[in-house]
Amino acid sequence: MDKVVLKLDDLEVMANKEDTILQAALDHGIYIPHLCYHPDLKPFGGCRLCVVEIEGRGLTISCKAPVEEGIAVRTEGPEIDKMRRVAAELLIVNHYSECLQCARNTDCKLQDIAAYIGIEEGRLQRLKRTARDLPLDDSNPFFIRDPNKCVLCGICVRTCEEINGVGAIDFAFRGLDTRISTLKDKPIVESRCESCGECVVRCPVGALVPQNMRKPEREVKSICPYCGTGCGIYLGIRGDKIVSARGDRDSVVNKGQLCVKGRFGYHFVNHPDRLTTPLIKRNGVFVEATWDEALDLVTAKFKEAQEKYGPEALAGLSSARVTNEENYLFQKLLRSLGTNSVDHCARL
Amino acid sequence: MTNPVSDVSGAGAILVTGSNPTENHPVIGYRIREAVRTGARLIVADPRRIPLVDVADVHLQFKPGTDIALFNGLAHVIIKEELEDKEYVENRTQGFKYLKQIVAKYTPEYVSAITGVPAKDIVTAARLFAQADSGAIVYCMGVTQHTCGTENVVALTNLSLLTGNLGKPHAGMNPLRGQNNVQGACDMGCLPNVFSGYQPVHSDRDTGTYWRRLTKERQLEQVGVGFIRPASPGETITSIEFNQPVPVDSVSDTIRAKFSRAWGVELSDVPGRTIAEMFHYFPHRRSRIMYIMGENPVLTSPQAELVREALEDMDFVVVQDIFLNETAQYADVVLPAASFAEKEGTFINTERRVQRIHRAIKPRGNSRPDWEILQELARRFGLNWNYSSPEDIWNEVRELTPHYFLGMTYERLEKEGGLQWPCPAIDHAGTPILHKGKFARGIGQFSTVEYRPQAADTSGGVTEEYPFILTTARKLYQYHTRTMTGKTDGLNYLLDEERMQINPRDVQALKLTPEDMVRVTSRRGSLETKIEITDCVPPGIVCMSFHFAEPRVNVITDPAVCNMSVASGVKVSAVRIEKI
Repeated sequence: MDKVVLKLDDLEVMANKEDTILQAALDHGIYIPHLCYHPDLKPFGGCRLCVVEIEGRGLTISCKAPVEEGIAVRTEGPEIDKMRRVAAELLIVNHYSECLQCARNTDCKLQDIAAYIGIEEGRLQRLKRTARDLPLDDSNPFFIRDPNKCVLCGICVRTCEEINGVGAIDFAFRGLDTRISTLKDKPIVESRCESCGECVVRCPVGALVPQNMRKPEREVKSICPYCGTGCGIYLGIRGDKIVSARGDRDSVVNKGQLCVKGRFGYHFVNHPDRLTTPLIKRNGVFVEATWDEALDLVTAKFKEAQEKYGPEALAGLSSARVTNEENYLFQKLLRSLGTNSVDHCARL
Repeated sequence: MTNPVSDVSGAGAILVTGSNPTENHPVIGYRIREAVRTGARLIVADPRRIPLVDVADVHLQFKPGTDIALFNGLAHVIIKEELEDKEYVENRTQGFKYLKQIVAKYTPEYVSAITGVPAKDIVTAARLFAQADSGAIVYCMGVTQHTCGTENVVALTNLSLLTGNLGKPHAGMNPLRGQNNVQGACDMGCLPNVFSGYQPVHSDRDTGTYWRRLTKERQLEQVGVGFIRPASPGETITSIEFNQPVPVDSVSDTIRAKFSRAWGVELSDVPGRTIAEMFHYFPHRRSRIMYIMGENPVLTSPQAELVREALEDMDFVVVQDIFLNETAQYADVVLPAASFAEKEGTFINTERRVQRIHRAIKPRGNSRPDWEILQELARRFGLNWNYSSPEDIWNEVRELTPHYFLGMTYERLEKEGGLQWPCPAIDHAGTPILHKGKFARGIGQFSTVEYRPQAADTSGGVTEEYPFILTTARKLYQYHTRTMTGKTDGLNYLLDEERMQINPRDVQALKLTPEDMVRVTSRRGSLETKIEITDCVPPGIVCMSFHFAEPRVNVITDPAVCNMSVASGVKVSAVRIEKI
């Protein structure tokens, strides 16, 4: 890949020729405030926060400006500060703030920006919108849309279009009334939304958050238990419960993306209906048993039937849901007991 | 899949048939839509108007069961207009002249009459696919769950061979596997005819070959259940490949000896029974004891009532599962297993990638990982098993299946984000694309297949008494028999009942209203269901999912099997619909 060298403040950095100034800066650990930029999506240039100055040329937004050999970029300066401060303040006053109750608290791009720029309460008070006057949309069982917190970055709109190709939402209405809407402004559950949650993952603020969200204490890498795509996932754990699942961005298969089942369908693991003890049917009713009782009975019955009818009396169905190691042992056990009658649902 | 999932992006043309990726493999669905946005031409060949049709260049809405006619028709156009990859056909394939002969009669008009697809669409689709730089074929159970399932795949493969699309990027034959480890279950030898890595157990390399011989031998016997298809002369494959004798006697002897030595047991060379044989065919050959691990055949098998009867009739049934599912109700002993989140191991995805899973929490209650249960049982039968971890087991798999897995240590799988088989050496990078430069069998073989009208519902087809075709599918918000998705309230909220898809014109003809219940009756049974009025299905065709225990669609589906693969033809059943 072709490289170019440019100056970012006092640092000389090397960047890919296709990169924008913002990407080059973020890759080198230089923070430029930004809101509508997302590495998975095409640059949008909507929030105007990532403004920088290219020496000799003036101000520009860094998410849309390509890097060039030899240019010198300033990310700080009175002009820059003034411009992005106004942009940030207008966003903040139109954002319903309840940070401590917000699911995105400590993980919010608007908080990052406020902390970086420094906000003067007095200036905000003059502009402050007071009421949380737009209704929440909690029609989808997996996530809530709060238009009062929306900053109109369009990341959800672009995710739905660019990543999923669904296009369930778009900008609607004009001017101060602009908001993200489904077709005919219906509840999201009545739209063509596929509930994949990709927009929820990318929302930079608390406008799209999972229902009943609980932050995990730790995460464990795994593979999605549903279809054969084999998406990489991280299971979020709290105590002995799975409380979240997210896509593994390093997986070459799914690049961090998931569908509704993979992201939200993990409740079966901790479900109270899980079998937790061996059962033996006595007089038509299942009775709890110890492992020894159950396994001894299975062994005795298998031996009895094989003596009576021959090894072919036994057949086994293995599972497309257990691991390779377990499938291997299953066929090894049946074949070791004298029968090749082992199959599974691939034939269905 | 011959190609990796990521290859879909960048394909010149994509032919999706018998597959509904945006609902059943959604992440692959995202990739296909993305490919279309960046210039790929999309052809959807499906009896239903699946969501991908919205972004397709052409939709070939053929009648269920007429796949072969359609695919042969596409081959006809490609050959007639000389759009085939001549260099590839010349250098890498044989049998082209036989294909040319066979497809000669499948003119667009002839195919149109059989399939119901307008002739001009067949021509358009053939040109789009053949003229693209690379053409990927994506298919699924809609192609395979037929009594002519193997022949459907053969006809489809011919298109890929003809256009030089096997063995190159952004192309290939890409069956999407429905379950997280269905690929692994096959690769590990949970099939009656092969050990791990498809090493043959007996001299009939292919189960179908054995099955065909068996049905011919037994066709005069009364089989009791009355739906076996007589093997009439010359009715199946006319392929040169399939008619060749399969000289694998000595190979299977050597392989059995290898496993016998490694496992320290004598191994049988008697071919095992397939799932259909265990339940449906030859009641006298049914098993007397059944060990069912993580399956729910009472809901998933065609003519499911027979499965229930078979299970009730058996001497002893063991079910090993994470839930007391519908099948477990017929068990004598139920063994509680750990879920995927409670154990270490590997899964193999649809692109042949072996990937690691990790234990996130400990097994619930007294449940145990399946491998521990199997080892406990083996020891009780006097087998000397001493695995201390799944990694121990995997290393044995690698050793006994070197041509597929030798190079795949747990360490590499972890570090390299999984590896695609074959990976026969520790310094081998895995194989993202199969058949590159050379086919596994050497030269690519065109196998010819003819369309057979009787393939649709073998017990008599569509008649005045059974005028509708019922096909089956899955839906976005549920999965298989809901043992897993049924435990997430949100998913149940989004889809909590079965509604049979039916076209508005049929609704009008049957004088139905949206809230009516209907009785759907096939030659095997009957069920009652609500309806969803939609033009997703054309007139004359209805579609149900198999997610729900009530109504249970597989009570009425067709259990007759494909003679090659012994897979059931559940995708086409003739039914009658009455308002209740």
